[in-house]
Amino acid sequence: MKSSRKPPVFIHNLNVKVHKIFKKPLTGDYAFKLLAATFASIIFLILGLMIYELIKGSQLSLQRFGIEFLIGTKWDPAISQVFGVLPLILGTLVTSAIALLIGVPISLCIGLALSEYAPKRFGFAISFLVELLAAVPSVIYGLWGIFTLIPFLRNNVYAYLQGILGFIPLFSGPIYGGGVLTGGIILAIMIIPTVSAVSRDVFSAVPNTQREAMISLGATKWETAKNVISYARSGVIGAIILGLGRAVGETMAITMVIGNKFQLLPSSLFDAWYTMSAIIANEFTEATYGLYVSALIEVGLVLFFVALIINVLARLVVWRSLKLVRGIARE
Amino acid sequence: MNYKIVIPIVAIAIIVTSVFAYQYLSKPQTITLNGAGATFPFPLIDKWTAEYHKIKPDVQVNYQSIGSGGGIKQHTEKTVYFGASDAPLTEQQFADAPNTLHIPMTIGGVVPTYNVPGMSKGLKFTGEILADIFLGKITKWNDPRLMALNPETSLPNHDIIVVHRSDGSGTTFVFTNYLSDISQEWKTTVGKSTSVNWPTGLGGKGNEGVTGLISQNPYSIGYVEFIYAKKNNLTWGYVQNAAGEFVEPSLESFSTAASFAAVTLPRGDESWSRVSIIDSIVNNTQATGAYPITSFSYFLVYKELNVLPNMNEDAAKTLVEFLWWTIHDGQNFSAELVYVPLPAEVVTHNEATIRMITFNGQQLYKG
Repeated sequence: MKSSRKPPVFIHNLNVKVHKIFKKPLTGDYAFKLLAATFASIIFLILGLMIYELIKGSQLSLQRFGIEFLIGTKWDPAISQVFGVLPLILGTLVTSAIALLIGVPISLCIGLALSEYAPKRFGFAISFLVELLAAVPSVIYGLWGIFTLIPFLRNNVYAYLQGILGFIPLFSGPIYGGGVLTGGIILAIMIIPTVSAVSRDVFSAVPNTQREAMISLGATKWETAKNVISYARSGVIGAIILGLGRAVGETMAITMVIGNKFQLLPSSLFDAWYTMSAIIANEFTEATYGLYVSALIEVGLVLFFVALIINVLARLVVWRSLKLVRGIARE
Repeated sequence: MNYKIVIPIVAIAIIVTSVFAYQYLSKPQTITLNGAGATFPFPLIDKWTAEYHKIKPDVQVNYQSIGSGGGIKQHTEKTVYFGASDAPLTEQQFADAPNTLHIPMTIGGVVPTYNVPGMSKGLKFTGEILADIFLGKITKWNDPRLMALNPETSLPNHDIIVVHRSDGSGTTFVFTNYLSDISQEWKTTVGKSTSVNWPTGLGGKGNEGVTGLISQNPYSIGYVEFIYAKKNNLTWGYVQNAAGEFVEPSLESFSTAASFAAVTLPRGDESWSRVSIIDSIVNNTQATGAYPITSFSYFLVYKELNVLPNMNEDAAKTLVEFLWWTIHDGQNFSAELVYVPLPAEVVTHNEATIRMITFNGQQLYKG
């Protein structure tokens, strides 16, 4: 029955109005396009609102401290009410760097194993398990860190490490269990799913002709793999930076294992330190006066920009790598 | 339009509406009392909520433990019927939320806890020694001052590892309040707050974080909420009071401290910014049996309830009855949860405060 498909009058009227505004009828196709575009542009709105709210919330602190906030090394909510975040920025970047140092080689091996070596079914099981790691809530990592990882590292690893490398200041000093190195290790475990999944994808994107060419030249499997890594290197850098973004923003687990000591530089890798996200998690709920809350929001703002810079870098690198791959595939 | 789609939609709408309508009409209308604030009294308030619901099935108390800071904020913004806080409102906060009544609901204590191999509970501390340990001035367990206090034990020649809370908390507020009262140096360099600029030591998140650090690090010392220490069988020290006794933290010694402080409490509608059990007994040489690091946890309620946007007379009356119940019958549930029941002096004080609460000028509690 064709007549029953005819839209009711109010839809027709709406259609006419839309037509007047957009010069196009409200067909299903066009309506869907409009809907999708609206939701997509909401992202800009959300991002803009976030920055606006962060800046608005940190007004008090921005006006009081200005640039001093970024280079200040004192965090005293009780007496002088002075806030400076340089130690937090350093703590965030250093723990993230340790995480990369430990996590990236492991992740690249996982990526290589999955794309080059593993039989299909085995590879599927491994990538399933690795992605499962990404789904574990970070508070669980934190508790596991406190009750399992810290005692293990303290009793079995750190003492030996100090015994061998103790002459280097980085490995001297008292061992508490929690601290900079432990924080880095927890973060490393947490970035492995991201980095290994992305690197597996970029390795798989390497055209087979590359591998065939290497093998036909008499290269071993390892030499072929090396070639795959070097071919996909910009993609690998993208993966690493995505992992770095994750490590920088990580909050709960690092708060629970880093020891939360506000100091410019720790005396060793075993000493405690602090990160930006950790101080927000620790102090926001009980921040009792305006300037204090405002300073914590400004920490959020600084963290936001650090994360933003890292993500922009990641995007740029990934784009470059994709162009490279497409360009070569076209030739 | 296509009837195949319309008819099921209308049918579902009717069914859903009628289910909600049935639920709404079949039950006597419940009154929900919304509250928010401190995490310390949460287990007790949670118990009260459940028990009160048994007595008054049509009353539902909804308490969110978001922290004292959040509780004060929501109370000031008038988005909850009652707030809860471990610290009284400061002068500024009181000015922002005028006509706030403070109603002490329960009492907590903070205990020094340590991990020295071979040492059981009962190591003796004075306030000065605790302050110097947390300032980083006493760094060894066999410091002469500690040895002099504890001649019967042999203290090891080991560095002290100091552990404190890293998150903002009422526990830290109470502990630093005590150290500020005792030590001039602490007062001027560190101060009292929910978080402070610690001169030394590791920070653990929450009572469990502090306990974790202490249990994993021999020769460490920290401070935790008494309930947590008790439930986890932690090793705690005794603290000297102004009467010169070394008092073991216990429900009795907290309650004794609170009853000595009760005589100093201001009227319920005055500013309580200076109220602190610690301040009022720390130099009171008569306060025998009182454990010095003790504090109240408060309900924050407006004196005139019509200032709350969605308050009505029924809800106001229900709220007041609930508050009255918590300071009387509610206190009976304290001991099983290891909370300190309010001493009689404080209950009497609270009764006068609750009688002040009005709705549109009408006194609500008539008892």
